[in-house]
Amino acid sequence: MKAIRLFAFLLVLLGLGQAQAQLNIEIIGGAGKQFPIAIVPFRNENTLPLSVSQVVRDDLARSGVFRMVDTTGVSPLPSEPSEINYPDWRSRAADAIVIGAVRPVANGRLEISFRVMDALKQTQVTALSVTKSTAELRAAAHQIADAIYEALTGAKGVFSTRIVYVVKQGRRYDLQVSDADGFGAQTVLSSNEPLMSPTWSPDGTHVAYVSFENKRPIVVTQNLSTGTRRVVAQFRGNNSAPTWSPDGKSLAVALSRDSISQLYLLSASGGEPVRLTNSGSIDTEPIFSPDGKWIAFVSDRGGSPQIYRIPVTGGDAQRLTFNGSYNVSPDWSADGKNITFIQRESGKFRVAILELDTNQTQVLTDSSLDESPSFAPNGRLIMYATQVGGRGVLAVVSADGRWKYRLTNSVTGDIREPAWGPLPKN
Amino acid sequence: MKRIALSTLLIAVLAACSSTPMKEAAPVKVEDKSPKAAAPAPTAPQAAPATQASAGETNPLKDPKNILSKRSVYFDLDEYVVRDEFKPMVQAHARYLTQNASAHMTVQGNTDERGSREYNLALGQRRADAVKKAMTILGAGDKQIETVSFGEEKAKCTQSEEFCWSQNRRADIVYQGD
Repeated sequence: MKAIRLFAFLLVLLGLGQAQAQLNIEIIGGAGKQFPIAIVPFRNENTLPLSVSQVVRDDLARSGVFRMVDTTGVSPLPSEPSEINYPDWRSRAADAIVIGAVRPVANGRLEISFRVMDALKQTQVTALSVTKSTAELRAAAHQIADAIYEALTGAKGVFSTRIVYVVKQGRRYDLQVSDADGFGAQTVLSSNEPLMSPTWSPDGTHVAYVSFENKRPIVVTQNLSTGTRRVVAQFRGNNSAPTWSPDGKSLAVALSRDSISQLYLLSASGGEPVRLTNSGSIDTEPIFSPDGKWIAFVSDRGGSPQIYRIPVTGGDAQRLTFNGSYNVSPDWSADGKNITFIQRESGKFRVAILELDTNQTQVLTDSSLDESPSFAPNGRLIMYATQVGGRGVLAVVSADGRWKYRLTNSVTGDIREPAWGPLPKN
Repeated sequence: MKRIALSTLLIAVLAACSSTPMKEAAPVKVEDKSPKAAAPAPTAPQAAPATQASAGETNPLKDPKNILSKRSVYFDLDEYVVRDEFKPMVQAHARYLTQNASAHMTVQGNTDERGSREYNLALGQRRADAVKKAMTILGAGDKQIETVSFGEEKAKCTQSEEFCWSQNRRADIVYQGD
């Protein structure tokens, strides 16, 4: 369904399935076709506190799209196109070779330049140089991995994105933001009452979430750089399920102030909500379509929780899910074509994907307590919460279900409710 | 916190175990009773005659022999219908509210931990609302009953198994002053 657009001249090999643990990433599996690529250690990077090429390798391997070709024994290591021994790389079955070098520039900054070479045609696919401080080496590596990913697959890389999630430790709830690979986690809010349903503003500057700090759920937005919090909905009853409109100007929320949980729209700065649904049934978990014209949501108006959509301007709801008696927690892919959600089947809660054009549903996971699926901004991966050994962890599955990994970072306690942030602005 | 305090209290009361029958609708004002005052409750079997309305120990809400001390309504999976077995208890609380106009309660809806947290929040609200509706139909005042949902966020039982899940699919009645 989501075949990777590889360049026609490159051989597509059957991957052997990588199983090695990489830092905090546990790759669970996958098969499928993987693109063999050699990332040669960058010249002079052994003087840095961090191996940039290793972070690039980890990023690309984690995507499931690439298979890393072993570079041990290659001598000398090439950093210029003229230094590449192509027959050697072909014998290692590499279809692409990445070479690079680090050099100090003014103000203690570093220039990292790299090239992606086609091992068959012996031509350059792309080249770029990134200038960063020593403290920003991980960010530089993610930016390089993004450029390689985009050059070879045609899709945007998501290695420079961030995620937000909730960690529950004992009675404490932490709202944390980290890089998409789990590094650099920062607690942006701690509470002794539950925190729920974090979600990103489209520009990545704010998160919205549900807090029980007043003993009942209210909706709060928070500026991530200043920490400024704003209560945008604290009406009678429950205030929950916030989601931003694509233009960032409004929020859709679920409120029970007039009856049971119904959908409302309100300005991102708060104010008087406008009621969107009037169903007499539970309506919750709204999510905007990327074009801003629709809202998908969960309703039990048909007798069981199912996913529907309704025009943002109001009107009749159209049912989208029909398989099974429990389909919840929709998230819309950035291209508008797919909705991922949680489907219950025989008591097991699993990540599923619905292709809207064809109405085809595919279950992507084989676990039993999955929650909160969230699309990567390129639509290729879905992050979700699941249970391993009775503990909540974050996991990722590709949109075709073939590739899986878990984020098993050092945080103790239950990790839950991931939301994948937008692409950074360049 | 409140729930823990309440169960501790009930255990204390159970340990003291009065055999004296209580009037269900003893005219006791809930707000007159602080938990501290009610906690020592009956220390001897004869300590709490039903007519002794002035003493803390006659509070029917705290008497383990009284159906009003039962505070939890349990629900089937995905459901928010009050099962028949809980109707006598709900009716007793409705009667208490109609006979004690100053009494107020909060019904707290809960769900098991599985599935969508947001849907569970809404489902917990439905469960709390179902208990409230059952009481207001019987004459309890709309303003006497507040409902709130904790969804799956405040699970009483934390094992991932059916027994716990069934314990967590629950609405709790908490009186003001409990």
